[in-house]
Amino acid sequence: MRPNVVVVDYGLGNLLSVTMGLEHCGAEVELTSEPRKVEKADRLVLPGVGAFKDGMEGLRSRGLVEATKAFCDTGRPFLGICLGMQMMFGVGEEFGLHEGLNLLPGKVIPVPATGVDGTPHKVPHLGWSEISSPIGSTRIWGGTVLDGVAPKSAVYFVHSYFASVGNNSHLLAEADYDGHKLAAVVNKDNLYGCQFHPEKSGTVGLKMLDNFINRL
Amino acid sequence: MGNGSSAIPRGSRIDGAVRIYMPKTRLIARLDIKGPNLIKGIHLEGLRVMGDPQVYAQKYYAEGVDEIIYIDSVASLYGRNSLHDIISRAVRKVFIPITVGGGIRSVQDAAEMLRAGADKVAINTAAVHRPELITEIARRFGSQCVTLSIQAKANGRGGWEVYTENGREHSGLDVVEWAKRTQDLGAGEILLTSVDREGTQKGFDLDLLRAVGGVLNIPLVASGGMGTLQHMEEAIVATKTDAVAIASVLHYGKHSLSDIRAYALARGLNVREL
Repeated sequence: MRPNVVVVDYGLGNLLSVTMGLEHCGAEVELTSEPRKVEKADRLVLPGVGAFKDGMEGLRSRGLVEATKAFCDTGRPFLGICLGMQMMFGVGEEFGLHEGLNLLPGKVIPVPATGVDGTPHKVPHLGWSEISSPIGSTRIWGGTVLDGVAPKSAVYFVHSYFASVGNNSHLLAEADYDGHKLAAVVNKDNLYGCQFHPEKSGTVGLKMLDNFINRL
Repeated sequence: MGNGSSAIPRGSRIDGAVRIYMPKTRLIARLDIKGPNLIKGIHLEGLRVMGDPQVYAQKYYAEGVDEIIYIDSVASLYGRNSLHDIISRAVRKVFIPITVGGGIRSVQDAAEMLRAGADKVAINTAAVHRPELITEIARRFGSQCVTLSIQAKANGRGGWEVYTENGREHSGLDVVEWAKRTQDLGAGEILLTSVDREGTQKGFDLDLLRAVGGVLNIPLVASGGMGTLQHMEEAIVATKTDAVAIASVLHYGKHSLSDIRAYALARGLNVREL
């Protein structure tokens, strides 16, 4: 009996890669946009690539905002990926101010266009960057979706906005982009968010998906 | 940055006592495809059938390649793109970013490739004929999905001309101006191939990389000419390239990705450590 995972289909994002990654790690995956199936899932993944506003509209128009929140209240494992992670927060500032799912306090703001020393750099933050525990954090990775992932492992990012968390204890891992610390993995209880793409991050990413499916 | 000196940590520049990190320079495998086969040629003319692309893709993935680019080398000529099946197979086993190009002419073509599992689509000929296509695909799927492929041939006057139809047709466009323009139109990345160097294993065209790198604020992928490990090092150290695309060296088994990565790390280059 393979573990079941529901992947939310709300019109955005490369669902196939996420599905393939989860299946590779042993899950039985169902792609759906039906609120009832989302709410009743054993495990839920919210993927997504694109603008915050479009993502929230995609969820809203399918009746998935309430269903996703209801799922999250059950305590069963939830994983938001890329835009899916960003929508976990209270507000997004892309193309105006837009309300998110508000599962975690914080806001989604632009990746700065310059380094901390003012030198311009490329946007989006694109490519393989290392993730580490935030400095001063007491969170350990054992027992979380990052269980067994070595500190400073590189994972694949592509994003122009990032989550500025309202509660630092929710920050599990961050990446350093030209001096700016960008939230990479967030977690509160059963809720996990991953700014990078675990389904595109080779063996490190697959380890995370494996943890999500089999070890949470 | 990346000058090989142990005094400056890899991947960072020092700002006071603070290490400032940049994303890793990517080592990319470029697979040119004709029908169901991986091919390899010189100057973008396919000459030799190497075999099943899936075998090569899985091998490179197992060896830790950062990304794979598939280019259908005859699609724009025949108006077909046979990559759909190749991508669908790849995405089941290869969990790194995949770019697909060759004969993508419309938003619909791009949508199909993305649905089949590609993360990015590379466009060249169709964008030269109708630059608005870049913006259309970027608006629909995001700039991060759009790789603008430029095939550059020296024009004999110190500059380079944009070629289309996989290096067969000249366009009259200046490469540097075109690169800048496509960035403004919404391209997320430039894949820059030197037609003169491609397949020769004589090294990347560093002047070309510097000229284009100098006008971009989006990532640049260098393609065409790698023959030795030193060529890769040169391109990374001497230009602003964010990635190197490797074909001959890998497909002919001259160096494995493990060797390439080990060399880069030993030389202090900012590449992913596995």
